[in-house]
Amino acid sequence: MGCRGAAQPPLATTEEPSLSVSTSPQTLTTKDVAKVGLLARLALSEADLERMAGELSKIVGFVSMLGELDTADVAPLAHPLDTQNVFRDDVPVASLSTAEALQSAPRHDGECFLVPAVLGESSAA
Amino acid sequence: MQPLEMSAVDLVTALRQGDITAVECATTFLDRIEATNGSINAFLTVDREGALARAADIDARRKAGKPVGQLAGLPVALKDVLCTADMPTTCASKMLAGFRPPYDADVVARLRQADAVFVGKTNMDEFAMGGSNENSAFGPVRNPWDLSRAPGGSSGGSAACVAADMAPVAIGSDTGGSIRQPAGLCGITGLKPTYGRVSRRGLIAFASSLDQIGPMARSAADCALIMETIAGHDPGDSTSLTVDVPRYTDLLDKPLTGVRIGRVPEHFAAGLDPEVAKGVEEAFAVLMAAGATVHDVHLPHAKYGIPTYYLIAPCEASSNLARYDGAHYGHRAEPGKGHRGEPGGQRTAGQTGSFESPLVEMYCRSRAEGFGPEVKRRIMLGTYALSAGYYEAYYAKALRVRRLIRQDYLDAFQTVDLIGGPVSATPAFKLGEKKDDPLAMYLVDLYTVGTNLAGVGGISFPCGFTKSGLPIGFQLQAPPLAEPLLLQAADRFQRLTDWHRRRPKTMGELKA
Repeated sequence: MGCRGAAQPPLATTEEPSLSVSTSPQTLTTKDVAKVGLLARLALSEADLERMAGELSKIVGFVSMLGELDTADVAPLAHPLDTQNVFRDDVPVASLSTAEALQSAPRHDGECFLVPAVLGESSAA
Repeated sequence: MQPLEMSAVDLVTALRQGDITAVECATTFLDRIEATNGSINAFLTVDREGALARAADIDARRKAGKPVGQLAGLPVALKDVLCTADMPTTCASKMLAGFRPPYDADVVARLRQADAVFVGKTNMDEFAMGGSNENSAFGPVRNPWDLSRAPGGSSGGSAACVAADMAPVAIGSDTGGSIRQPAGLCGITGLKPTYGRVSRRGLIAFASSLDQIGPMARSAADCALIMETIAGHDPGDSTSLTVDVPRYTDLLDKPLTGVRIGRVPEHFAAGLDPEVAKGVEEAFAVLMAAGATVHDVHLPHAKYGIPTYYLIAPCEASSNLARYDGAHYGHRAEPGKGHRGEPGGQRTAGQTGSFESPLVEMYCRSRAEGFGPEVKRRIMLGTYALSAGYYEAYYAKALRVRRLIRQDYLDAFQTVDLIGGPVSATPAFKLGEKKDDPLAMYLVDLYTVGTNLAGVGGISFPCGFTKSGLPIGFQLQAPPLAEPLLLQAADRFQRLTDWHRRRPKTMGELKA
């Protein structure tokens, strides 16, 4: 299936076939999506898993067109600037007060953020 | 001339000369916002009280002969991605509904120092992810030129509020076209500066190696004025450049004689709307009449821009948005509510087994409730592309192609000073038209993502209208730090045309 919505005029492409989704092998199953969901810390319903498996497979298929380029001799470019790491003198400077840091916290006791138990079974176990 | 119709440059002059007070000016725009925001939905927060207090303070200082800032009394709207200590900052997300940042973004602090008057915070796609503003948790913005159409995104509220005379200037952010595309679709002028020209401190991060803040206004001259205030090094953003900020407004009025502008033939391939193509070609003719020369250049890897962007941006987003954990700030799922086994609880059998711990369960539920569908989609895509076994094939691959794309630009700028072309393939599209097809929505960034991947600058400004009365945008891209030339060329174009002076016909129909 092409990425061009059937009901819409095609968007500009540099070369006609290049923006259609390849029928690539990268298909995500609902099991894959569930695993990624936990890594991403997102609770997903059965319906979410179904929908996302389809949507993500389509997007991953599309971006896989990068595979047609030979980049063996190209170094990754993580950042547009050729800047070096930046250091400053190790001098203490004013930071947020405890009250400021806690001002938007959903739960706190005036000194600390409060969270559920870090260890132990979750209710979904 | 009425304040609503005046340029930012003229307003600042009128305020300085005492032709209008800051309170009168602020009141005019606040009344306009109140009377029209119901139709446009450009603002998420309007700070009438704060704006009027600030304006009164500026008037008092001016009257007493005390110093005032460069923009004293100028109303400015801020995209709701910028942290403001005195207004909520939501990123148009339920996740940050009501969030009060403890500090101002650097650009906000600079504008405050210059005595700008903030009228409010503008609507946007949630966490700046989208090209139509339909991803806002607080309802879409409507395009002032046709209320059934999208204003573009993600800075759609900023673009629409300037187009509808609700503010003379708005600040936007641009990760893959989010200033230039809505500026183009709303008939205003928007500048995406070189990466690092403007500090990103206090800009809520989407994709840190691509994000850049810039001005959106009715003209290039107004953008130049704002750049003088917001650009510059900030020790709080180690990627902000330590290069002196030029006096952009002084560099505008120069002829374009000898300026070489590149035209990319591939931009005019199948898919470009014929009316947009015509408007863009006519813009080249205007620039040639102004003394510029036009030359074909090629960006051989341009077609890989969208897939490269839609790997790098989601990967960076999945990392940046990990901070929304329901613990430090932002939305937190109520215990029990929606949990398995609780009354009315939602089963999550798809995610077999446990959430690892009660803490992780709280994270997962808070984020599931707080984020909208597109934000979740990008977090999932980025997490997948960064996960073991896929990192090299997707993320690292995209970074390698990013280098090729940047090299295309560096090579092109060996032979031309600027690259011109369309901003978007089509004029403003209907609300809902692309909403259910994520991939179709991604393609609206086709002509704009390269600028961000290469880290260079770009400007978008109106170059005509379709028969149905929708604005057509023209884009110029320039080598790093060539903002003076971008602004000069756009300003020269605007001295020779009046497209940027046109106002939407819907103005009389807008409602509170």
